[in-house]
Amino acid sequence: MEDLSFQHRVRARADGTRRSALVGVVASGNLEVLVERVLPDEQCAVEIRTAAVGFGEVWTAVIDDFVERFSPGGLKFSINDGGARPDTVSLRLAQAVRLIAEKGR
Amino acid sequence: MTALLKDIVPAERARSTSFNEASARTRLELLLDAGSFVEFIGPEQREISPHLKIFDLPEQYDDGIVVGHGHLDGAPVFVAAQEGRFMGGAFGEVHGAKLTGLLRAAREIGSIPVVILFDTGGVRLQEANAGELAIAEIMRAVMEARSAGVKVIGLIGGRSGCYGGGGLIAGCCSALAVSEPGRIAVSGPEVIETNRGVEEFDSRDRAMVWRTMGGQHRRLLGAADVFADDTVQDFREAALELIGLIGAFDLDRLKAEQVRLAERLRRFGACGDAIDIWTAEGIAHAETVPELPADQFIALANKIGRTSRDAR
Repeated sequence: MEDLSFQHRVRARADGTRRSALVGVVASGNLEVLVERVLPDEQCAVEIRTAAVGFGEVWTAVIDDFVERFSPGGLKFSINDGGARPDTVSLRLAQAVRLIAEKGR
Repeated sequence: MTALLKDIVPAERARSTSFNEASARTRLELLLDAGSFVEFIGPEQREISPHLKIFDLPEQYDDGIVVGHGHLDGAPVFVAAQEGRFMGGAFGEVHGAKLTGLLRAAREIGSIPVVILFDTGGVRLQEANAGELAIAEIMRAVMEARSAGVKVIGLIGGRSGCYGGGGLIAGCCSALAVSEPGRIAVSGPEVIETNRGVEEFDSRDRAMVWRTMGGQHRRLLGAADVFADDTVQDFREAALELIGLIGAFDLDRLKAEQVRLAERLRRFGACGDAIDIWTAEGIAHAETVPELPADQFIALANKIGRTSRDAR
């Protein structure tokens, strides 16, 4: 297993009022993303535990692209990864942002 | 859950969603009355397995089981749903403790039914002793809850089936509903073949595996009381039907269960294959049963299949 951690400053706060949301399942080629609204509006953090060791550069690129596209201010993302491909990771992150923007607890 | 999906009436989504393919969380969302689910020990509490890290394996924040309460047709229920894709839905220490705690809460209250959505290969091998203990604790908790008047219903239609200790727990429930892709057994096909030889059980003979452990056979034998088509809505209706059917749990019922099982063994003990059993039950062209569409099979099962309604 490998632990990775990213902190970004972002231009805008993420939509919605939900405190947390979860998408995905930890399985081969899949991952779960737990997103929580726990940070100041201009910050975003991504914590990753992945079964695929040695892909730090790919993660850096995927997270940079995600933060640039969605500006998820105030959100902390915690990821348990079962070796998902970069496109699956991008999809789950986008789903997490959308889910926490919905109404509900 | 896009904006588009949200505009669809929940019952329509439940009707068009395969129980087999849905995640544990989606199953619960669509099984219960819309918006009624409240989770206990949610993923944000990060109650993860203390063992997987030692084996350098990935963890999941809910340890592969979602527990909580909600409403079914306006009435309160406790629910637990296993996620069959995370480590085969297997029981570890935390996973098991969440279900044990739910059943004990139900026992204390006494009147609220428990619906368990099984999807498991059995005990998580990396947590062998803790997992085995969890199975024993859950079986005891099921029986104690039932003794206190709680109805405990199992729904089985997930990709991992209901195997190992999960099969034992299912056997302790008040009643079960199963779908065609659902399988109920203790030892899996490969385990039987490894221990008893290929002549005893050929795990590569998929048709034989399904007609031995699959939902149709379990329904015809009376192990499951209701056969559900593979949609979340069908399982919702099955759960409601079973909650309405289950009677008191007492010594007479246990004795009736003993009689039911002894009679089953007497009638079918010498049968070599499920087809022999179905033929003995009076089903014409029993070999065609696995090909029947769900509605035709349900009609057949309701006419010929056994139930355990006066037993279990």
